[in-house]
Amino acid sequence: MSHAFKGVLTAVLLATSLIFQACSGQRGPVDGGVVRLQGAGATFPNPLYQKWLSEYAKTNPNVRIDYQSIGSGGGIKQIEARTIDFGATDIPVDDQELSNFPREILHIPTVLGAVVLTYNLPELKEPLRFSPEVIADIFLGKIRRWDDARIKADNPTVTLPAADITVVHRSDGSGTTAVFTDYLVKISPEWKEKVGTGTSVKWPLGLGAKGNEGVTGQIKQTPNTIGYVELAYAVQNKLPVARIKNRSGNYIEPTLDSVTEAAAESAANMPADLRISITDAAGAAAYPIASYTYILVYKEQEDAAKGKALVDFLWWAVHDGQRFARELQYAPLPETVVRRVEEKLRSITFGGKPLRP
Amino acid sequence: MKNAQTETHAPVAAYGAGAVRWRRALSPTGDVGDAIFRSALFLCALLMIALLAAMIVAMAYRARLSFAEFGLGFLWSRAWNPVAGEFGALPFIYGTVVSSLVALVLSVPLSIGVAIFLVEQAPKKIARPIAFLVDLLAAIPSVVYGLWGIFVLAPFVREELGPPLQRAFGWTPLFQGTITGIGMLTGGIILAIMITPIISAVVRDVLAAVPMTQREAALALGATKWETTRVVLANGAPGILGAVILGLGRAIGETMAVTMVIGNRPQISLSLFDPAYTIASVIANEFTEATGDLYLSALIELGLILFLVTFVINALARLLVWSVARRTRSARA
Repeated sequence: MSHAFKGVLTAVLLATSLIFQACSGQRGPVDGGVVRLQGAGATFPNPLYQKWLSEYAKTNPNVRIDYQSIGSGGGIKQIEARTIDFGATDIPVDDQELSNFPREILHIPTVLGAVVLTYNLPELKEPLRFSPEVIADIFLGKIRRWDDARIKADNPTVTLPAADITVVHRSDGSGTTAVFTDYLVKISPEWKEKVGTGTSVKWPLGLGAKGNEGVTGQIKQTPNTIGYVELAYAVQNKLPVARIKNRSGNYIEPTLDSVTEAAAESAANMPADLRISITDAAGAAAYPIASYTYILVYKEQEDAAKGKALVDFLWWAVHDGQRFARELQYAPLPETVVRRVEEKLRSITFGGKPLRP
Repeated sequence: MKNAQTETHAPVAAYGAGAVRWRRALSPTGDVGDAIFRSALFLCALLMIALLAAMIVAMAYRARLSFAEFGLGFLWSRAWNPVAGEFGALPFIYGTVVSSLVALVLSVPLSIGVAIFLVEQAPKKIARPIAFLVDLLAAIPSVVYGLWGIFVLAPFVREELGPPLQRAFGWTPLFQGTITGIGMLTGGIILAIMITPIISAVVRDVLAAVPMTQREAALALGATKWETTRVVLANGAPGILGAVILGLGRAIGETMAVTMVIGNRPQISLSLFDPAYTIASVIANEFTEATGDLYLSALIELGLILFLVTFVINALARLLVWSVARRTRSARA
């Protein structure tokens, strides 16, 4: 055998063995005193999480946290497979999916978001008002014209155009759709039976657009359209938003305060695992299409240093971190919920011992 | 590290006898450099095939739940309801094939026209910059096409293009219904614009490769420019078909731009004004948030179908090119 050939072979085998070593070796939690944490999941809270990570890094240089916004579905799958240290999701994990997890997983609510109805009616001067049944019937295709008597009944002082309604919805699977359809399921038995709730559903009618920006683009470009987007997105783009009649019969403008109000109102009913839907909340000033967004962590951590860093970061996020929420158009957690979260964070353990007593 | 060192020796020894035989087989002259070169090239080719096979196997494996649940019925089921766990591929196959066909109908005459003009008619001074600009269209990211589609093309179709089309051809099922500007037609137009530079670039090369003697012979026989061009086109036919297939491949797999303007509605409607949905679009849209195992599996099976659709179309095209080439050869003989 020639030397050249032997050399090449040796090099290839060496490289391969090195790669295998690198792959099989556990990612060291601590390198040079720096603890590294990996998170992934929901896209909705991503702007806030990125802000948190950069702010937190300023005061805690020994902790490096990365967050990938790959979507709630991916976040759930990855934390389930334990390829990341924390997951993030806009919708609580359902019971069936929970049974797939190897160990007990905790839902930590971090902030609140809302879904708003936006529309393109160029002649309109004042915000539209909708009662729940009217919203359901528009998206079911039972109300097809803007000058329908039932829309008029909600908006007695508004002149509505004699035009067909074009419905625009999200085409990509999204937590926004999940929250909106969760609301429709609660207020309309027909929606519950025919469509249901999920990150993607079988829409009875309408055009599908990709992302908040796609929905906004189509609504801005097409007169007589209606669709739903995240509150933060609507505020940043100065879109017209509808006021929606809540359970108390008041027409509520979507604002950070009316969203936090919806959460505070439902806090008493929050179950022990903190998984709760707060759409169609009861309070007099509560906006009805709101939801928590969650971070998912294992109750029993596998690594003391990483577990401690994770708990400390989450503790910071629901206390000091909350002040960054408003400027990015997320509604902060109500005080009562922060207390519940503290309790949860204290229950996270390593080797059976709490990481933050 | 020590471990790795000791491990390397055993396989090298085992390779000894085999390597000599390999070297002989690969390189009759016995040159070691050539042998390495050849085996490296062979490995490259093998790797590509292995990659393809691995992709198909991995996709088929991940789609097994969907296979088990729906069987072949998946191909012609129209249901797509993630909430109820009902999945079917037909609206997506329809949307993919029809949007690509619309694109071809619009793009092929345009691309061939551009190519003929640039190769046969235009003086070099004009041809070069025009060719450059057409090629540039291919470099625009598809998301930019998509945004342009939402903000410019869709309103144009809704206000300017759609109404006269409906007045003239509204009696056919192709142009009925409300014109929202978002739908199959807009998707097809976007695709046509995206594949035109690809098709025209290849056709240009094909035409340029037709020997000058053919044109001279035609002209010498008293043929007009038009007749000469027909002779050139007939000679380049297999290559032109190849160009069209290349464009079609691009149209079938295109995702972002189409997703933004096609309306993303899994339905089969003859009207080009109605929203539709393509395979690539539904995967891009729903993959990240598909939580259920069956849901994910159905999306992966759709990916496998897209693979097969592309494969079948390519195979058909090869067959077509081959038969055309044979016909022209026998005609010449």
